[in-house]
Amino acid sequence: MASKPGELRAPAWCHGASRKDAYKRGIASAPSVPVIVVLVTFVGFGALAQGAGLTMAQAVFVSVTVFALPGQVVLVDQIAQGAALLSTAFAVTLTSVRLLPLTISLMPYLRDGITPKWVEFAFAHVLAITVWIEGMRRLPPLPDGLRAPYYGGFVSALFLGIMCATTLGFLLSGQVPKEIGAGLIFLTPLYFFLSLIGVSKNSIDLLAVAIGAVLGPILYLTAPSLDLFLTGLIGGTVAYGLGKWRESGS
Amino acid sequence: MSMFVQGNWAYLWLFLAGFCATQPWRYLGVVLSVNLNTDSEVLVWVRLVSTALVAGLVTRMLLLPAGALASVPLDVRLGAFLSGCCLYFLTRKSLAAGVFSGGGVLILAQYFLAS
Repeated sequence: MASKPGELRAPAWCHGASRKDAYKRGIASAPSVPVIVVLVTFVGFGALAQGAGLTMAQAVFVSVTVFALPGQVVLVDQIAQGAALLSTAFAVTLTSVRLLPLTISLMPYLRDGITPKWVEFAFAHVLAITVWIEGMRRLPPLPDGLRAPYYGGFVSALFLGIMCATTLGFLLSGQVPKEIGAGLIFLTPLYFFLSLIGVSKNSIDLLAVAIGAVLGPILYLTAPSLDLFLTGLIGGTVAYGLGKWRESGS
Repeated sequence: MSMFVQGNWAYLWLFLAGFCATQPWRYLGVVLSVNLNTDSEVLVWVRLVSTALVAGLVTRMLLLPAGALASVPLDVRLGAFLSGCCLYFLTRKSLAAGVFSGGGVLILAQYFLAS
């Protein structure tokens, strides 16, 4: 059963809350499991950048301007391999296509007629998988006018956090035992998976998860770099089509 | 030899290969979503596309891992993943319990199973 947005119960703090309250609430709710997992991955990026020969300031510059880990890893990897600017930009751009469907599906929740256009672009600047998952989980139950400021607070805190995490990773590079390093990398797929299951509303959502899970490794081996985008496009479309087919009762 | 330029020009290089290669996709998303509201039909489809995309990344990271995780045997990875999932449901969907128990199992298994 698909639930209508109106059926979701707003959290208690929303009652009589101003936009400023929602912004503060967003900041306060940032220290959480998903944010810790993201910060851990950015610590890993800082270490990687150090190994590739970037300065600490350059590593932080990449984190704040790109704000999407797979693209950053590709960028730094290309630098380490001495690749040319154009081929590096091309590889990065392919890994970033996946940000398009994420942005399209979250932005409508952040548009309230009060938030200026340029802020929408700033909101999109930091939109990646974790922010998308947390947005889909946290925003729909909130009243219209509070979603944007809540999101603003959440991502402001995250933004500050990834700058610190990148710096920390740069400084810690090579200090973490490889067993623990492996465990930290492992947190990301586990968090992604559990959150996807958590935000699933119906069997069609779960079907999209299942098809995507099967296609992901196959397309990675057959069409690297555009693999994620194609996985999403094929998996999502098939799940959508099957949902329509079932709805039509045939 | 690295083509990566030194000094302040490096920032321009990083800006072109990083920012300019990434952000247009997000900005395009802002523009394309202008006429969509939260209960529109297109959004149902785009959300399923995003869901499948993230799920694909999960299995890819798990089955074909990079970096330090690649040195952990597949059965240990799968076992730790399943224990994280089990704990998640046993604790009535606590993300913290699921994620950190899975990570903990993976780290401990490497120390105990190493021979």
